[in-house]
Amino acid sequence: MQWEPVIGLEIHVQLATKSKIFSGAANRFGAAANTQACAVDLGLPGALPVTNEAVLRMAVKFGLAVDATIAKRSVFARKNYFYPDLPKGYQISQYELPIVHDGRIRIELRDGAVKEVGITRAHLEEDAGKSMHEDFPGFTGIDLNRAGTPLIEIVSEPDMRAAGEAVAYMKKIHSLVRYLEISDGNMQEGSFRCDANVSIRPKGETKLGTRTETKNINSFRFVEQAINYEIHRQIAVVEAGNEVFQETLLFDPVKNETRPMRSKEEANDYRYFPDPDLPPVVIDNAYIETIRAQLPELPEQKRRRFMDDFGLSEYDSSYLTASKDTADYFETAVAATKGEAKLIANWIMSELSAALNRDNIDINVARVTAEMLAGLVNRIADNTVSNKIARQVFGAMWRGEGSADDIIEKQGLKQVTDTGEIEKSVDEVIAESGAQLEQYRNAPPEKQGKLVGYFVGQVMKKSRGKANPKQVNQLLSAKLKNLGRG
Amino acid sequence: MHEFTLAELSHLLQKREISSVELVETCLERAEQFNDGLNCFISLFPEPALERARHADELIGGGKAGPLTGIPVVHKDIFCTGGFKTSCASKMLDNFIAPYDATVVDKLNMAGSVMLGKTNMDEFAMGSSSETSFYGPVRNPWDASRVPGGSSGGSACAVSARLAPAATGTDTGGSIRQPAALCGVTGLKPTYGRVSRYGMIAFASSLDQGGPITQTAEDAALMLAAMSGFDENDATSAEAGVDNYTATLNKEIKGLKIGLPAEYFSEQLERPVTDAITAALNLLEEAGASIIEIELPNTELSIPVYYVIASAECSSNLSRYDGVRFGYRCDNPKDIDDLFCRSRGEGFGDEVKRRIMIGTYVLSAGYYDAYYLKAQQIRRMLRDEFSNALKQVDVIITPTTPSTAFPLGARVDDPVSMYLSDIYTVSVNLAGLPAISIPVGFNDGLPIGMQVIGDYFGEARILNVAHQYQQITDWHKRVPRDYQ
Repeated sequence: MQWEPVIGLEIHVQLATKSKIFSGAANRFGAAANTQACAVDLGLPGALPVTNEAVLRMAVKFGLAVDATIAKRSVFARKNYFYPDLPKGYQISQYELPIVHDGRIRIELRDGAVKEVGITRAHLEEDAGKSMHEDFPGFTGIDLNRAGTPLIEIVSEPDMRAAGEAVAYMKKIHSLVRYLEISDGNMQEGSFRCDANVSIRPKGETKLGTRTETKNINSFRFVEQAINYEIHRQIAVVEAGNEVFQETLLFDPVKNETRPMRSKEEANDYRYFPDPDLPPVVIDNAYIETIRAQLPELPEQKRRRFMDDFGLSEYDSSYLTASKDTADYFETAVAATKGEAKLIANWIMSELSAALNRDNIDINVARVTAEMLAGLVNRIADNTVSNKIARQVFGAMWRGEGSADDIIEKQGLKQVTDTGEIEKSVDEVIAESGAQLEQYRNAPPEKQGKLVGYFVGQVMKKSRGKANPKQVNQLLSAKLKNLGRG
Repeated sequence: MHEFTLAELSHLLQKREISSVELVETCLERAEQFNDGLNCFISLFPEPALERARHADELIGGGKAGPLTGIPVVHKDIFCTGGFKTSCASKMLDNFIAPYDATVVDKLNMAGSVMLGKTNMDEFAMGSSSETSFYGPVRNPWDASRVPGGSSGGSACAVSARLAPAATGTDTGGSIRQPAALCGVTGLKPTYGRVSRYGMIAFASSLDQGGPITQTAEDAALMLAAMSGFDENDATSAEAGVDNYTATLNKEIKGLKIGLPAEYFSEQLERPVTDAITAALNLLEEAGASIIEIELPNTELSIPVYYVIASAECSSNLSRYDGVRFGYRCDNPKDIDDLFCRSRGEGFGDEVKRRIMIGTYVLSAGYYDAYYLKAQQIRRMLRDEFSNALKQVDVIITPTTPSTAFPLGARVDDPVSMYLSDIYTVSVNLAGLPAISIPVGFNDGLPIGMQVIGDYFGEARILNVAHQYQQITDWHKRVPRDYQ
C-alpha cells in the first residue's frame, strides 16, 4: 500500500523583548542561575502578572506578516499542572481566544515547487524554568531565569506531506521572525524549537490517522530525521497489523529514533480557565494599522524587488532573500559596486556560501564582509583580475590576508592586458607545441574549437593565470586559424 | 487613649497632645495583655513599631505629618510585609518571611502609619469564622465563646477590643463586612480594582479586595484614601481617580434614594436583625432619605455561584504552594510527586483542601461548562441586576449577616451552614461593587451590622451615608465590657 504522511508543526519562538512577558525582569540568556527571576517569575505569594506591551506588538507583527486575522479581543488562560520548574503551578498561555489566527505562508520546495501552508493560530505564553539533573547528585536543581520568557507558539495546519516540506516551512518561519526582528531565532539556546505532529494514512484517504507528537526539536536536521523516523515507524506498525497510539515522543538524535516521554504526562487535565489576574487583551484597528505601517520589507516583497530592480532570476532572488542577513549582505555589497548585482549574487551563492558551510559560520559574521566582496567584484568588473584569480584572492581574503586590492598588489596578481606581452606568450606556446599544432591542423573544423583549449591553458599557465583570458582566446583563435589554413 | 477613633488620635497627635510613641506603647501593651484571650494576632513587632513611631513623632514635630502619621495599624496576615513573617494563617507559610511589601502596606507606610503586627484570620482567607487558622481560632470580644466572623476576624477583633484604631482586611465574599458586623465595628469593601491586590496573597483573584476595618466611617475614609489608587503592578487595578472621601462625609442625605431588596429580608433572617435594620432605616428616612423597594431576584443563586468561582480560582492560585521554592516542605520526600502530595497534604488545613477539591472538580474536563461557565453567566446576570437597581436608587441597604455571632465550633462541621452566613455579602463581590458594614444595634449583647452597597467607585457616597448615620447614633462607640 502507498502511505501518505500528514505533518503539522507547533513552533515555539522566544520573543526578543527586553523584559519578560509578565514581569520587569530581564529577558536574557546565559546569566547565573536564578539571577534573572523576580517575585512574579518565582511565583511568590501575592505577586501578580502584568502584560508586557512589547509582546503584543510582536505578535501582531507576526500575524500581519502571515496574512492572519488579529483578534480584537484575546484572553490569557491558565494551564494548570504541577512541575518543579513551573513556579505558579500553572502556565499563563492563550487557549480559546488566541491573539492571531487563520494565517498562511508560502514555502518553496527543493524541486522549486511552491506550496501554501496554513497557520491555524499563534498564541502568546510564558516559558517555564529549567530543571537541571546533572550537577546535583540525588537532587534536581531548578533555574528560573527562563521562567516568564515570552513565547509565541505558531501552530500550522496539517498541510505538509513530507519531512522536507516541514523543514522548508520551519526555515520559512525562522527567516520570517528574524526579518520581523521579533526573535533572535537562536536554536542552540532554545529560542526556536518545535513539536512535530505526524500521522499516516493510505494515499487517497481524506480522514486523518492517529498522530504522535514529537516534542522539543531544536534543529532543522533533527526535524527532518525525527519526522522521517516517525513516518517509517508508523508505516511499520500499521503494516504489521498494529495500531499507532496517540502519544508524546522525544527524539534522540544520537540513536536517531523517537521514544515515548514518561507516561505521567498522559492523563493531564490542564483545567484551562481565563486568568483572572489579566484583563482580556483588546486591540483596535488603529493599533493594527500603526504596526502595519512599521512592518519591515518581508521576504516575499524583497524577492520580487530583487527580481525587478536587479534583474535576478527567481531562483537567485529566492536564495538571496531566504534569510535577512543574506539579503542585507547582498544589498550592501551591490551598493559598493557599480551595480554588479549578478556578479555579487554569483559570488555569494558559490564561493561565499561554500566557505560559510565549510567553516560552519553565519553570513553576518563572515570573515569576508560585504564591502570586501564588493572590492573583489570591482576588480573583476574592471578586468584587473580574472574569475580564476579572483577565487584565489577570495581564498586569501577568507584567510584574513587583507582586502582584494592589497592581495592583488602584494601577490602581483594583476591581470596582463598588454596585447604585446600576451602575443609573445601565444607565439612561444605555438612554437613549443608542434605535435598539438599538427593535430589541430588535421582536425575537422568542428573539432578544432575543442583543441584551442589546450593552447589557452598553456598560455594561462605561462602567465601564471594573469593573462586576460578573453584576449588570450582572441589572439589564439586568430593565429591558429591562420596556421590552420597554412 | 486606646478608646479614641483614628480621626481623634490624628488630631491629638497633630496638636502634640500625645506622641506616637506613647500611643504605640499603649496599643502594644494592650495587645500583649489581651492577645492570649482573643488570639487576634499572629505576630507583633514591638521594636520596629516603636522605631517607626519615633520617626513619626519627628515628622509631626517637623510639621510634615499627614492624617495617618504615627497612627498604629494592624495588617491582616494575608498582606506581604517585607522582612516580616506573612503566614496567611497557614502551616504552609508558617516559615515564610515576605521579601517585599504589598502595595497596600507600602502605601500605609508611606502615609506614616505604624504597623504593630499581623492579625489572625481563616487559613488563606477561606472561612467565615476565623476558626480555620493554623494558629487557632480568634474569639469575639463581645463574647469569648463566640466567633468574631471571618476571614478578617483578627482585624475586626483587634479594632473592636480597641487594641488598634485601624486594621486592614480583605474581602472575597464578605470577609471584611461580616466580621465587622459580628464585632460591632465598621468595615469597608471597596469597588473591585479600587485597592491594589499586589502583595495581597490571592484567594480568588476576581473577587478579592482589600479594605479598612475601623471604628467609624470617618476613619474608614481616612484609611481608604491612603490605601487606594491605580497600581501598575496589578493589571486589574482601576485607573479611576481617587475621590476625596473625607470631604463629602458631612453632606446631608436629604433626597437620598435607598433601595431595599425584598429578597434580603427572608424568613431565615433573625427577627432582632430585621428590627435593628428597620430602626436604622427609620432614622435615615427622618434625615431625609426615601426608601424604595427594589428587586434582586437571583440573589439566592449567589452562594452556589460564589463557591464555584471562588473555589475554581483558589484551586489554581494555591498551586504555587508545592514545597519547591518556599513555604512548608514535607520531610524526606521519596520523589517529586511525593514532595508535592505530602507538602500540600500536610501544609494545608481541611477547609483549604475542601475548596481546592471543589475548584479542581468544577474546572475539570467535562464539568467546566456545567459549573464554571454557567457560574460566570449567572455572575453577569447578578451584576446586571445590581446595575439596573442602582439606576433607580443611590444606595442599597441590607443586613450584613442573617444572624449575630455564632458559638465557636457551631458550624465547623457543617460547611454549608457556614457558607450561608455570607448570603448577604457574596453577591456584592460577584458584582464588584463597594459596600460598607456599620453597627446598628445589639441582640443579647451581640452586635448587629447593616450593609450599605454603593455604585461602582461610589465609596464616597456610602461613606457619607454611614457617617451621617453615625452622627445620629452611638452603636459604633460601644466597646465590649472587658476592653473598655
